[in-house]
Amino acid sequence: MNYRAVRAIYIFEMSRFFRTITQSFVSPVLSTSLYFVVFGTAIGSRIDTVEGVSYGAFIVPGLIMLSVMTQATANASFGIYFPKFLGTIYELLSAPISFFEIVLGYVGAAATKALFIGVVILLTSFFFVDMQIAHPLAMLAFLIMTCVSFSLLGFIIGIWAKSFEQLQLVPLLVITPLVFLGGSFYSVSMLPPVWQTITLFNPVLYLISGFRWSFFGAADVPVGISLLAIALFTGGCLAVIGWMFKSGYRIKS
Amino acid sequence: MSAIVSVANLDKTYEGGFQALKSVSLEIEQGEILALLGPNGAGKTTLISTICGMVTPSGGSVQVGGHDIIDDFRQARRLIGLVPQEINLEPFEKVINTVRFSRGLFGKPRDDAKIEQILRALSLWDKKDAAIKELSGGMKRRVLIAKALSHEPRVLFLDEPTAGVDVELRRDMWEVVRGLQKDGVTIILTTHYIEEAEAIADRIGVISKGNILLVEEKDALMARMGQKELQIELQQPLSALPDALSGYALELAGDGRSLTYRYDTSAERTGITTLLGDLAAQGVMLKDVSTRQSSLEDIFVGLVEEKA
Ligand SMILES: Nc1ncnc2c1ncn2[C@@H]1O[C@H](COP(=O)(O)OP(=O)(O)O)[C@@H](O)[C@H]1O
Ligand SMILES: [Mg+2]
Repeated sequence: MNYRAVRAIYIFEMSRFFRTITQSFVSPVLSTSLYFVVFGTAIGSRIDTVEGVSYGAFIVPGLIMLSVMTQATANASFGIYFPKFLGTIYELLSAPISFFEIVLGYVGAAATKALFIGVVILLTSFFFVDMQIAHPLAMLAFLIMTCVSFSLLGFIIGIWAKSFEQLQLVPLLVITPLVFLGGSFYSVSMLPPVWQTITLFNPVLYLISGFRWSFFGAADVPVGISLLAIALFTGGCLAVIGWMFKSGYRIKS
Repeated sequence: MSAIVSVANLDKTYEGGFQALKSVSLEIEQGEILALLGPNGAGKTTLISTICGMVTPSGGSVQVGGHDIIDDFRQARRLIGLVPQEINLEPFEKVINTVRFSRGLFGKPRDDAKIEQILRALSLWDKKDAAIKELSGGMKRRVLIAKALSHEPRVLFLDEPTAGVDVELRRDMWEVVRGLQKDGVTIILTTHYIEEAEAIADRIGVISKGNILLVEEKDALMARMGQKELQIELQQPLSALPDALSGYALELAGDGRSLTYRYDTSAERTGITTLLGDLAAQGVMLKDVSTRQSSLEDIFVGLVEEKA
């Protein structure tokens, strides 16, 4: 195991993040604040409580998930696409490192960045709503698992993408709708029965539900199923990445 | 001397079906400077990229320092430094950080003194905190070299290192290369300039259309390649060469209106002075004189014909 290489990739990627630190923090803080003003205050004043939780508090886990999933995907996909685009990937391919170590470095960095942003949003939300976290450790575990699994997904997108358009298309066309329709801002029980059934096919639902359980102790689906969903998703991403490296898909000729 | 890089029957067929390497075999000796000479599209970059791990071989095998580049890729790659043909760098990164990154990637512990020494040798120390996008093209190439040297490789590949490079950098580069050779580093560089191969290499390999045509000591090859032609246009056509001139390698052409004289530029005497004297003595009047160096293309054609 070439730990130094993993460290080098991790530090290199994080330094890009710290170079644009203001941007990295200001934008999620600002957008979260806007969500709270619009959803929590304007709309929330008309919706009393959802499942016994004030609406303002209810949307916090969904908001965090929305940002973490999009950020993790964007960071990881960009992180590996950029060397491909610039041609600097030659160095990764010619270095004494395995695909596992490359993934560890890039996905580790992308997940860390997403985690930072998730925590920032959580802290910001304490300014707007009064809430308590029922299971803090489980909350952190769900948060980290989401960061990692969506960074893996982002890594796949980054290797697959042949242009910056494609790089942005998948998050825009797939992830954002899934997150919005996955119960970020409402409880699935609020939907008509047909849509409740359809929503059950949305993998993001299980992540948001589990995450929300760790805050309020109540969930749309059982926590065990949420864990299973996240494990399956992570395993699926790892399998795809493994195949990509074995076959040299879009990185080696 | 023993081979540090050993290429055996290496084949590469790209996805579209194009065969860029055709059963290439090559032994690179420890500590030598080998120049791979060949026209564009000959397969030089493909060969280097396959040895270094960016291209998957379709057949054959490569060993570096006795380690197979696939089964034993970690040990093999640790020995290798690569300066790619294209300038591939992160534009927003600081020079020193990208060089440190390269060292880390190859599993070496951080060593600021070593990095400083490399950057100084390449006149990059003043620019160490500059972002790469602020550097000129030549400076960027220096950064690529610094990155390749950062992990103290035993074998260094330079893919067309002097393409579009100014005189000063070329001189610095050869100085660095010679210094590396003194430390026992093996150097493989590709070029399509004969002069460059001549200036620096111990041995020269000629590659064309995915075949290695020959690998030879530079001096021997240069003697063969250093042929030049003197073209003499005549005032009056000659029906035959005067007997007095039969001692020269002369050829009558263009309906007797021109003479072609082949000579060796590396020879002590080219024979031009005496030839011109003898022509005058025979009363042959000259209209015009020009010389032509055999181009790399001619040499390739010659080599391919020889092999056929
Ligand atoms: N990725 C690739 N896919 C298909 N053909 C390629 C690829 N890379 C190079 N080639 C072809 O292989 C041949 C050799 O290319 P290359 O090794 O770059 O030559 P050189 O470096 O000697 O100029 C060229 O004809 C080139 O078009
Ligand atoms: Mg080339």
